[in-house]
Amino acid sequence: MKNCLVVDDSKVIRKVARHILESLDLSVTEAVDGQDALTQCEASAPDVVLLDWNMPVMSGMEFLQALTTAKMTARPKIIFCTTENGISHIKAAVEAGADEYVMKPFDRETLESKLVIVGVI
Amino acid sequence: MKMAQPAAIFEGAARVLAALLEARTGQALSEGRAWRMETALRPVLRQHKLADMDELAGRLTRKADPRLEEEVVNALLNNESSFFRDLQIFDMIHRQILPAIQAERSNRTLRIWSAGCSTGQEAYSLAIRLRNDAARWSGWRIEIMATDISTAAIDQARAGIFSQMDVQRGLAVGDLIKWFEPHGEDWRASAELRRMIDFRHDNLFDAKAPSGEYDLILCRNVLLYFSPERRQAVLRLLGRHSHARSVLLLGAGETVIGQGDDFTAHPEFRGAYVRQAALPEGTIGRTRLAG
Ligand SMILES: C[S@@+](CC[C@H](N)C(=O)[O-])C[C@H]1O[C@@H](n2cnc3c(N)ncnc32)[C@H](O)[C@@H]1O
Repeated sequence: MKNCLVVDDSKVIRKVARHILESLDLSVTEAVDGQDALTQCEASAPDVVLLDWNMPVMSGMEFLQALTTAKMTARPKIIFCTTENGISHIKAAVEAGADEYVMKPFDRETLESKLVIVGVI
Repeated sequence: MKMAQPAAIFEGAARVLAALLEARTGQALSEGRAWRMETALRPVLRQHKLADMDELAGRLTRKADPRLEEEVVNALLNNESSFFRDLQIFDMIHRQILPAIQAERSNRTLRIWSAGCSTGQEAYSLAIRLRNDAARWSGWRIEIMATDISTAAIDQARAGIFSQMDVQRGLAVGDLIKWFEPHGEDWRASAELRRMIDFRHDNLFDAKAPSGEYDLILCRNVLLYFSPERRQAVLRLLGRHSHARSVLLLGAGETVIGQGDDFTAHPEFRGAYVRQAALPEGTIGRTRLAG
């Protein structure tokens, strides 16, 4: 079973995402900020990370930067997740290494299509 | 395939409206759709200051009102679509079907028809793949025609404007950045992409838009709303606009099996179809294509 790490400081969003991801047959782990996510990735690399952009402690962007130098066996796919759809914002995230992008609130179909695009399901 | 319901099973206003839909589009109203009929028609009722479906049905029965009829038909049609719907199909088109067509076409013209294109996502998905692969198609004339009976859907397709919700269903972020521009809260397909597609308002049962033969025809998630006889009629039309090597693609749950003998399973491409008459008897597999 493939694993998705859900990184979001909102408990509600993590719960919604977990519900959808589990229904798509993925195992789910959670992190509350970028730092927490980084520690978890180094311990055991997930197949995909659903990454919130605006978080305290370490933002999504900072997490992506840190990930490039992290000691990991394989780089996970990154789907970043925001409440903004400004094109410059999206471009910045893609340039920083995000593979896909999804705007909140998202539904099952949307998340599923993104997971298909990045090749996780 | 799901069974479509004839208008006669409905009662009162629903029957009048289902009959109108059937007469105009050949579509039988699905039971699921009938439930949502009132919701779907609410904007039309409001627009024309009609109290309910009975009043609407009354108005339609009393006098011919083509504008109102068209609005009702548009509202009752199921226009659900998404970019790269069933991604594997688009991968197969890209990796197998188009290269095969390219290899055997000597006149360097590629003709595609998206029949029942709704708001255009299917045609735009094809255009995106072709443009991303521009080097391979340089020197080729590419024609993409996309038809639908819904005037509202065709207007939207032509404008190329899609909501955030639409673009995030199936469209890869790289393609979004490359081929779309922000348009207020929405996104608009680039002029280059829009120019590639000829969107036409056209009825599959009174087809005026198609001409000649198409190398690739997509008629996906359209047949399921029709009665078996009407499915055959559509397949006959698609057959008339196919040559011996044209490839037909239907929706994931749709088949030509048991719908007349115009098409048969494609010997090479899984889930695709080819004109039946194209196959000389007794030949199998690849030789059919070469024959
Ligand atoms: C569910 S959509 C499918 C859209 C797209 N092909 C896809 O698979 O995503 C079906 C479309 O068929 C169109 N349609 C229904 N009856 C038609 C007819 N008689 N002629 C042309 N289009 C028709 C509807 O307006 C609708 O947009």
